[in-house]
Amino acid sequence: MLPASVADTASLLAAGGYVADLALATTVHLALAMRRPLFLEGEPGTGKTEIAKVLASGLNRRLVRLQCYDGMDLAAAAYEWDHARQLMAIRIAEASGAADRHALASDIYSRAFLQARPLLSAIDPDMPPAVLLIDELDRADEPFEAFLLEVLADFQLSIPEYGTVRAATPPVVVITSNRTREVHDAIRRRCLYHWVDYPDAGRERLILARKAPGTPELLSAQIVAFVQRLRGEDLFKLPGVAETIDWAAALVHLDRQELDPAAVDETLGVLLKYQDDIARVKGAEAARLLGEAGTAAAPG
Amino acid sequence: MSGQAPAAAGGGGKFAGNILTFARLLRRTGLPVGPADVLAALQAVPWIDIGSRVQLRTALGSTLIHRHEHQDLFDQAFFLFWRDLEGGGTAADGLAGADPADSKRPPAGSRRLAEALAPPDPPKPRDESRPDTDAAMTVSDRERLRTMDFEAMSAAEIAAARLEIRRLTLPLRHRRTRRRRPDPAGRQIDLRATLRASLRQGGEILDLAASRRVMRPPPLVVLCDISGSMSRYARVLLHFLHAVANHRDRVHSFLFGTRLSNVTRALRHRDPEVAFQLVAHAVPDWSGGTRIGAALGAFNQRWARRVLAQGAVVLLVTDGLDRDGTAGLAEAMERLHKSCARLVWLNPLLRWEGFAPKSQGIRAMLPHVDAFRPVHNLASLRALVQSLSRPVTPREMDRWRIAS
Repeated sequence: MLPASVADTASLLAAGGYVADLALATTVHLALAMRRPLFLEGEPGTGKTEIAKVLASGLNRRLVRLQCYDGMDLAAAAYEWDHARQLMAIRIAEASGAADRHALASDIYSRAFLQARPLLSAIDPDMPPAVLLIDELDRADEPFEAFLLEVLADFQLSIPEYGTVRAATPPVVVITSNRTREVHDAIRRRCLYHWVDYPDAGRERLILARKAPGTPELLSAQIVAFVQRLRGEDLFKLPGVAETIDWAAALVHLDRQELDPAAVDETLGVLLKYQDDIARVKGAEAARLLGEAGTAAAPG
Repeated sequence: MSGQAPAAAGGGGKFAGNILTFARLLRRTGLPVGPADVLAALQAVPWIDIGSRVQLRTALGSTLIHRHEHQDLFDQAFFLFWRDLEGGGTAADGLAGADPADSKRPPAGSRRLAEALAPPDPPKPRDESRPDTDAAMTVSDRERLRTMDFEAMSAAEIAAARLEIRRLTLPLRHRRTRRRRPDPAGRQIDLRATLRASLRQGGEILDLAASRRVMRPPPLVVLCDISGSMSRYARVLLHFLHAVANHRDRVHSFLFGTRLSNVTRALRHRDPEVAFQLVAHAVPDWSGGTRIGAALGAFNQRWARRVLAQGAVVLLVTDGLDRDGTAGLAEAMERLHKSCARLVWLNPLLRWEGFAPKSQGIRAMLPHVDAFRPVHNLASLRALVQSLSRPVTPREMDRWRIAS
């Protein structure tokens, strides 16, 4: 059942291991209550995709994921006719002497010959309710967005040869974008919009506690303080939450109890993914940030 | 659209009225808030706890705005509009005294907000010149150095410009997309269409339907220098930008002098005069100095990831004369070159034939471009188009690099 209030939505997300702030919980709640798609934009590694996964497990629905890529078409996203089987059916009909054209046409364009891809699968009335995740929509090209409009607005799909498929229970739709391209206004208008920002220090520590539970308390505080400062620097690509979690795992794996400049320099590649950024931070800059972070993370 | 809405409709008519007023306020600041958005906001409110400011702000924000760029303006407007509601006064009471200028440095957009909050003027014709660009307008008048004054363009000139731009073939290959289109001479067999056609013959396949891949020009990003040394070409360049932006899809235009401005939306206006007005209004640094390195750095930081996807080609129009010398220029160029599929540099400096690329800025930039297009006389759109359309000759870049 859908959660009844914002607080219920927040606890549903929390139960799935997702630490959401009030604004995100409110938007998710509205999306569920108003049955509107949720459009999440934000930097990579801020947990956009994770929301859909947590919603699917929390609402006990199946997760249908559509990973977008350049040039994706209807056959890959929505449905495809099983041509081989259709041809076979025609041959069999011929061999058995059945020559009724109309019967044949309606036969080979029946549901049995329709292969469901994610979009159709998510609104298939014969399947259990779904959470539809349309991941990284910015990677698909613009013409693809037009395919989505009907699904997003009415949760239905018109197939010329077959008819209209309409969802029995509207799916929960989550769309994510990394902004490598501006998604068209027509999509935005049909959705509830939320910008997923980097978390503040308190929330990031909660996330670390959930996602990297083996991290010592002091180390975790230092990691978060360091990363939070790093995000204030003039870098080409700022580290996301995913990088923070990876970094914590890496440091734990190396048996570090607390951060020191050597440890930072050795493992900086987990946090920063561009050589320019690493060269800028490595050494003196890392030591300076570490000094600031040390005072911020000091207990008490 | 919505499920069963809770019975209590958000505090009754007064509250709904406040939301309508708030939506009108946002519209006056230039945010595109449509009736459907307002309806969605009204539908959203019953689902949340209106006592919570965060929940109210989120509910209104997620329904009324659709872009991250609009968030700051929305947050300020929300703060000013709703802050006095708890105090018992109506929202409108709080507006009169709202003075966003009391903070130390007013954030972007606050001027527009102040204008929108001011008591409404007597009705005047809609202000067409308000730019709808992504460039943040700032309050400081100091930065608005000089605005550009464009001569009016006659209809014949516009038509001529359109004609010229049709001849433009940029030195770039069309990209093969993964999309298909029916084509009898195509290479791939389209089974779906074949089957559908065969049913008309009772299931007999008489003809194979074929399709081919769609070829498409890559996205084009134009970075155009509008500093003092380039000002004589500003008119031609703007005509060019406008014609390109309206002729092709997926064109992003940026102007830079000391600062970088995104003028894509302004230039999409079909009427060149309106478009140029919008641009002139949005760009604070006409005919000032140049900081190519800083401008390219800003582009790399803020825009590269958003506009350079899908094999984009960058057309850089600058004379390479940098006020800051070459600080950061080579690094920014290298990053730009690595982020895009092709980097074409159009340089209108060369007014004589015996030009040798000796200036520091040019020497810093040359190693990082795929094609170098010097123009000797950039007096007309035709010259510009001709220069850009010239086919790439092999080893052309080697010659320039040796010369530098």
